[in-house]
Amino acid sequence: MDAEVTLTVDGTRHQLPVDTRTTLLDLMRERLGVTSPKKGCDHGQCGACTVLLDGQRQLPCLALAVAHDGAEITTADGLAPAGELHPVQQAFLDNDAFQCGYCTPGQICSAVGVIDEVSRGWPSHATADLTGEVELSHDEVAERMSGNLCRCAAYVNIVPAVQQAGGAR
Amino acid sequence: MKPFAYARPADVAEAVRDVAAEPTAVFLAGGTNLVDHLKLGVARPDLVVDVRTLTSREVTDLPDGGLRLGAASTNSEVAADRRVLERYPVLAQALLAGATGQLRNTATTGGNPLQRTRCVYFGDVTTPCNKREPGSGCSAVGGYTRYHAVLGTTAALPDPTAAETCIATHPSDMAVALAALDAQVQVLGPTGERTIPFTELHRLPGDDPSKDTTLDHGELITAIDLPPLLAGTRSAYRKVRDRASYAFALVSVAAVVSGTDVRIALGGVAHKPWRATRAEELLRGAELTGHAVRTAMDAELAAAQPQPGEGGGNGFKIPLVNRTVVATLRELTPEASA
Repeated sequence: MDAEVTLTVDGTRHQLPVDTRTTLLDLMRERLGVTSPKKGCDHGQCGACTVLLDGQRQLPCLALAVAHDGAEITTADGLAPAGELHPVQQAFLDNDAFQCGYCTPGQICSAVGVIDEVSRGWPSHATADLTGEVELSHDEVAERMSGNLCRCAAYVNIVPAVQQAGGAR
Repeated sequence: MKPFAYARPADVAEAVRDVAAEPTAVFLAGGTNLVDHLKLGVARPDLVVDVRTLTSREVTDLPDGGLRLGAASTNSEVAADRRVLERYPVLAQALLAGATGQLRNTATTGGNPLQRTRCVYFGDVTTPCNKREPGSGCSAVGGYTRYHAVLGTTAALPDPTAAETCIATHPSDMAVALAALDAQVQVLGPTGERTIPFTELHRLPGDDPSKDTTLDHGELITAIDLPPLLAGTRSAYRKVRDRASYAFALVSVAAVVSGTDVRIALGGVAHKPWRATRAEELLRGAELTGHAVRTAMDAELAAAQPQPGEGGGNGFKIPLVNRTVVATLRELTPEASA
């Protein structure tokens, strides 16, 4: 069964009919040619497909496209103007925060979300004082990024990359 | 995935009518659990009714001093709300102990307590499961029981072929905190509105393990209310899991110490968030020493039934949850800790 949806992905508006079963991830990758969000587990467990959906990091593999008519999506590919790097992307390069790179677009979008959430004072499971200041310590980054798996185990460099981009010392 | 029709009605009343009229219809909110179940074939609705944008996303003050969590408020937003953090830390801690940042940004107040069990056999359509396929039997009995129930089960070794057998646990952390807080669930159904005490929202498997809750088909959670708390109330959530982040609870404890009352809810041990009412009675007005709490929890757990299974079964949960309650109450009442 089809339904018409309109979406904006990385600044480009798309309007097209979709099968109600289509996820936002499959719509982007298979229909719109947007391959920056990667399909890892397709069950919300690995974080490889993480994008900014209406401004927050979310998982398009668990979102039905038909339920997100009118959504604004930013993928890792759309974080910065063509030819430029977003500070999180630069920090991943500076810290050598990847090996094979498959999880990297999801890691980067998740990191952008983490830095925004910290700037709004959102605590995490690793925050000792829930109503106090949040700092991007190693434990805070590790906890907040726990939804992004890296089979190459580049975590040891991902954590400092997120700290650098987030302005931690 | 089986084909389904999708509807986004104009308001909640229409959504309730739509679901009530179609026996296989389901509500869709954040979808973090439902969409996965659509892919796995665990959920096979003919109609999906989207309510994500129909209920309130706000957290509002109630006249009695409590808080109302709109059904569409996200787990992230509730966990970051200053009023929740300051007055109901047990709820913020429970939310922050669950899932991941991405999932908490999507999952909702109305949906989280209605998530289904993470029993591996429930999620695997090639295996018998009374919860997924009523009457087919229970594959968990004698199988992988590490995440399964020790309380509220029917027998020490349930019959895996019986239609009523189910040793699944409820996976929500949020629900354990809401049970300890004596939250109230605002529900809209085909015949009108009603309020359900949160402790009565979930049910034991009884003779129908396919039903997780006491909601009727077509009933929709529109909000969850947190009652006002006595001045000086302290609360905390403690979760024990196999890895430090992004894992379901082996056991968890939500505790609220308020005046002479102590309220204790347990996660990971039963088909529903388990209020330790026997222990609460024994501890009412008592000094919460480690010995008193341990003894009260021994009484609470006297009827616990460990399940054998692969890797040694789940008998470890009984001493573990006792110790976790002791540790949580010690954290809340350090003055009584001896």
